[in-house]
Amino acid sequence: MARLRRLRSRPLGRREALAGFLFVSPWLLALVVFHLYPIVAATYLSLSEYSVFTPPEFIGFDNYAKLWDDPTVWRAAGNSLFYALLSVPIGLVVALILALLLNRPVRGIGIHRTLFYMPAVVPPVAGTIVFLLLLEPRAGPLNTAIETVGLDGPAWFQDPAWAKWGLIILSLWGVGAATLIFLAGLQEIPESLLEAASMDGAGPWRRFSNVTLPLLTPVILFNLVIGVIYSFQVFDAAMIVGGTSGVPGGSTLMYMVHIYRTAFGYFDMGYASAQAMVLFLVIVAVTGAIFGTTRRWVYEGV
Amino acid sequence: MRLLRPGAVTQAERTDEPRQGFYAGRMGFFRQTAWHIILGGLSVCFALPLLWMLSSALKENQEIFRIPVQWFPETFLWGNFIEVLNYPGYPFFLFFRNSMFYAGMVTVGTVLSCSLVGYGFARLRFPGRGFLFSLTLATMMVPYIVTFIPTFLLFKNLGVLGTYIPLIAPAFFAEAFFIFMMRQFFRGVPRELDDAARVDGAGEFRIFWQIMLPLVKPALVVMAVFTFVWTWHDFFRPLIYLNDPDQFPLSLGLFSFRGRRLTEWHLMMAAATLMTAPLVILFAVAQKYFVRGMRMFGIKG
Repeated sequence: MARLRRLRSRPLGRREALAGFLFVSPWLLALVVFHLYPIVAATYLSLSEYSVFTPPEFIGFDNYAKLWDDPTVWRAAGNSLFYALLSVPIGLVVALILALLLNRPVRGIGIHRTLFYMPAVVPPVAGTIVFLLLLEPRAGPLNTAIETVGLDGPAWFQDPAWAKWGLIILSLWGVGAATLIFLAGLQEIPESLLEAASMDGAGPWRRFSNVTLPLLTPVILFNLVIGVIYSFQVFDAAMIVGGTSGVPGGSTLMYMVHIYRTAFGYFDMGYASAQAMVLFLVIVAVTGAIFGTTRRWVYEGV
Repeated sequence: MRLLRPGAVTQAERTDEPRQGFYAGRMGFFRQTAWHIILGGLSVCFALPLLWMLSSALKENQEIFRIPVQWFPETFLWGNFIEVLNYPGYPFFLFFRNSMFYAGMVTVGTVLSCSLVGYGFARLRFPGRGFLFSLTLATMMVPYIVTFIPTFLLFKNLGVLGTYIPLIAPAFFAEAFFIFMMRQFFRGVPRELDDAARVDGAGEFRIFWQIMLPLVKPALVVMAVFTFVWTWHDFFRPLIYLNDPDQFPLSLGLFSFRGRRLTEWHLMMAAATLMTAPLVILFAVAQKYFVRGMRMFGIKG
């Protein structure tokens, strides 16, 4: 019997391998053409002077040196960093609070979940333009609401000091996706643990801080890493609000918008590739640093 | 990453039911109502921007900026939608058709290619499979913009800038995230099913097409809905690849409309509503799958 199987397994194995290669062949092609080759090409371009019209010319690390001395690059990097440092933590807290509120045994809670998630389905272009109206300084609903409390609302997208806050509020509106992931995490927490804590006399806060929160840390890590990666690459909203010059006063010029302008506005493909490579390295470094801290705060038990 | 386990669905699915165990029977009618009021207040905050969009779409332009804020239009100007659909120079009817074409084609391509490739990685043994799969996952770490510039130059050299080819063609060659997702699903199907078919002499493609694909239909729906929504959202790639306004999808059409017709907010809102409505409808129809998909695979885009 064993011999029979061995006899049959060889031609079958070869046939299976052939079929396997055929099944994945579209992706193998894409892997080479749209991923591996572009990474090599981007690395080479980042070391070249290339304006599309003449062939690329190798210039070593000049682009990186230029980038280091370019105040606009620093400005854009600062804007992106500001945006990421605020929108990610605030977004995590808001999403967690919403998920805790939604994780209740209330009948018909599905409708609330749908409403919280809905903004994530709204196209970024449409949502951003709606927020331009909502945050309109004089007659926008937000500022008129602030006025009824007796305060003066900021000029949001018309004031360089507040425009990024407008973008952060917009990002909080789309927090529904992270909320659902937290909710899924909350529902994986064994109820027996909460029950046991309760029997030991732990109140709601103690149950949250000693049971729920530690068990949720892997999900927090997931949302944190995803949030960092995406907020570093914010483009749509910033481009729609401020265009390639970051109106008002360069305050919404995000790093990705700056790469876009360098590559497709000035056709300085070499310099843009260098900026993209730096973004890549920064993202790798930051996510690496986050993973480096996990031993201290992410609970891996159960 | 526990979230990435398809088994998580079973638990997530019954979330609408009141929970048994720890929470059971702890909430009376009044507390239930109180929760609805708290959550209702918050969910209204999340819904208000959409209400403002719709109400502004039905107003006259000046009415939008009237103080105090008017949440409902004096008269419902449904004509705004007609006007924006046929706006000279900004034919939103055409933009809508282009978006349908773009999102539809990318969806077809992604569903076909990713299920094919995902099945290959899940079920068929071939040399280098493990290595190729790790390479696939690794591509997800690279920011889009790094590979984008050389890809753009590639399409430029092929002379296809200004067409939908650079936007659609890559979808037919699969994509890492959904390959991963389909592989997970196919691995969940019991081996006996395809082994039996193999003994009966069915070819690999027939096994895939006639036996495996119908079994993972929910996954195909999730993948199709996600792809459609994300492609409908896509602004960056049309911005770079398309020049002729007649080819614009809604995202780019609305963006350029705002650039040129800065003051016609009521029409901008009508266009934004036209752009949002199909996704809200799709979301409502596919909600069950959609929420389930979100839970299983996390977010992207």
